[in-house]
Amino acid sequence: MAKEKKITDVVLHSGIPVKPVYGPGDLAGFDPARELGAPGEYPFTRGIHPEMYRARAWTMRQYVGFGTPGETNGRFKYLMSHGQDALNVAFDLPTQLGLDSDDPRAAGEVGRVGMAIDSLADMEEAFDGIAADRVSVSFTINSVAAIIQAMYMVVAEKQGIGWDRIVTTPQNDILKEFVARGTWVYPVEPSLRLVADLAEFCARRAPRVNPISVCGYHIREAGCTPAQEMAYGLAIVAAYTELLLRRGLDVDDFAPRLSFNFTCWGKIFEEVAKFRAGRRLYARMMKERFGARNPKSMMFRSLIGGGGSAFTVQEPENNIVRGAYLALTAALSGAQTMALPTYDEAYTIPSSRAQLIALRTMQICAEESGVADTVDPLGGSYYVEALTTEMEQKILEEMAHVETLGGIIEAVKSGAIQAEVARQAYLFEQKLLSGEIPKVGVNRHVAPDAESQGRDLELYRVDPRAAEAQLAKLERLRGERDPRAVSRALSRLRDEARGPGNLMEPILDAVRAYATLGEMAGALKDVFGEHKEPVRF
Amino acid sequence: MRPLKVLIAKPGLDGHDRGAKVVAQALRDAGMEVIYTGLKRNPEEIVAGAVQEDVDVVGLSILSGAHTLLCERVVRGLRAAGAGGIKVAVGGTIPQADVATLQAAGAWAVFPTGTPLPAIIAAFQQLGRVLDPAAAR
Repeated sequence: MAKEKKITDVVLHSGIPVKPVYGPGDLAGFDPARELGAPGEYPFTRGIHPEMYRARAWTMRQYVGFGTPGETNGRFKYLMSHGQDALNVAFDLPTQLGLDSDDPRAAGEVGRVGMAIDSLADMEEAFDGIAADRVSVSFTINSVAAIIQAMYMVVAEKQGIGWDRIVTTPQNDILKEFVARGTWVYPVEPSLRLVADLAEFCARRAPRVNPISVCGYHIREAGCTPAQEMAYGLAIVAAYTELLLRRGLDVDDFAPRLSFNFTCWGKIFEEVAKFRAGRRLYARMMKERFGARNPKSMMFRSLIGGGGSAFTVQEPENNIVRGAYLALTAALSGAQTMALPTYDEAYTIPSSRAQLIALRTMQICAEESGVADTVDPLGGSYYVEALTTEMEQKILEEMAHVETLGGIIEAVKSGAIQAEVARQAYLFEQKLLSGEIPKVGVNRHVAPDAESQGRDLELYRVDPRAAEAQLAKLERLRGERDPRAVSRALSRLRDEARGPGNLMEPILDAVRAYATLGEMAGALKDVFGEHKEPVRF
Repeated sequence: MRPLKVLIAKPGLDGHDRGAKVVAQALRDAGMEVIYTGLKRNPEEIVAGAVQEDVDVVGLSILSGAHTLLCERVVRGLRAAGAGGIKVAVGGTIPQADVATLQAAGAWAVFPTGTPLPAIIAAFQQLGRVLDPAAAR
């Protein structure tokens, strides 16, 4: 029986066609000295450190937080006892939106997708027994990042630890919230002011804080292509950089502490090329456009995470295998920090067993697989170098498109970027339906018992007593604190919000007086108003 | 024939709107009239919008886990507004065990994560034929 060999077309998600074979001809005119440099050297295409994982494995930082601060504190300690070396804190939606747990809008959401924080007292409980100078902590918080960071600073203060010794990464990337994740509160301009207030304050007073983590991740999860993810991320970091330069900071005062949070699911080599191209573009942008002189200002420091979109409801155990590929991809992409989604993510808040499997996946990748043995092992590959150059062009095209929309801030205000991301999400769904994008268990190799799968997973059950305990604690706090100190601090916050000054000091004062998150966020809302979403799809 | 009129809504605090926007686009491409509320609408606003626009279906998209409470409030609100005939569909990260709960709370249809898009479109089209028997012929 003669088998006919058929070459099918392959086009990457970013729109780049892939040839069956790559060779020396694909690198004609390629100048390694200019395009790659040595690892740890400009333009950092091969990685931001000279020895990468030979010197130090990536940081493993699973996203954790649920229920009360006390429960979350327990899970933090569990993961730390199993070798996790940094914390990545999830907050519930009321907290992310600056609402107290007893706000009527918070009903049913307290402690559900992360931990509830109402005041400094909760932050003290969440970090009880965890020394602020011994662990690095990232906070997935944006609209009210300044307030949460201020709470942590006061916790450190009370532990007797100077602000110069704390290492935190408040996400503090509000532009991507407007594009994708939706936890915006204030209109775009005052939201940007808060981002800059926090970043400026940290640059001057808490120099080890990474005050902004620019996230392509959530925009990609919302549906854009890998090239768009990088393009929008770079456009957003450029917007923040311009904002901070206008505050009178030198680029080298803050840029070394900027970092990135991106996803890496999809096709392995497209993702690796995305990060290699992104590092090169970022280095050139910071040096040539913003005049950075410190090489650290030019380094694309990245948390590379999985991306729950890669995972399926069907045959959930397959997601463990997908997780291993994600870890491999993140390692080949030069991640500084890694986080993986858990295999049960489409069903539930992760179980501790699923969290441990994700942590072990990263440990196996780092310590057993050999992927960490040498820097940028794919460097010099005909395919990967050619693709890196093509991705760079695609990313530049997407960035140019953002400029035609008036720049990223205007494009966010008009909703043009949001509409483009929604359009891409729909296109992607159609490609899944047609089978053009293969997904095992979904559009091929579908199991006959697909309907009954996942039934044996351990589902996280919200304990209603957790929300009740949180409400009782908040009520107690309101009774025990000095009401005059609180109202003085809130008036000062309101007053200063009307002026042009940095709001971190008045926020810190209100935190110390045990003003609640909702009171502080509400005081700012009195002055700033609320964002009105440009609804487009 | 009158096209089915659908209000896609994001109740509660959850900001993930990929699913809502994909379904909105798919129903629109299938010939239905689709309105999308945008994020963080409370049940009262959704009910008022549904009544004002005189829609056939309200599609709630919820990924935060707060689906039972939010669905109950919208169903109750519609009934209180004399618009109990408006059907309520719920989509999102909904455990299988909660599907029956939502149906008991008055949901017309429940589409947990992983439901194929054609199945959602088909359910709406079927409803369209039921509501507009002329179109079924």
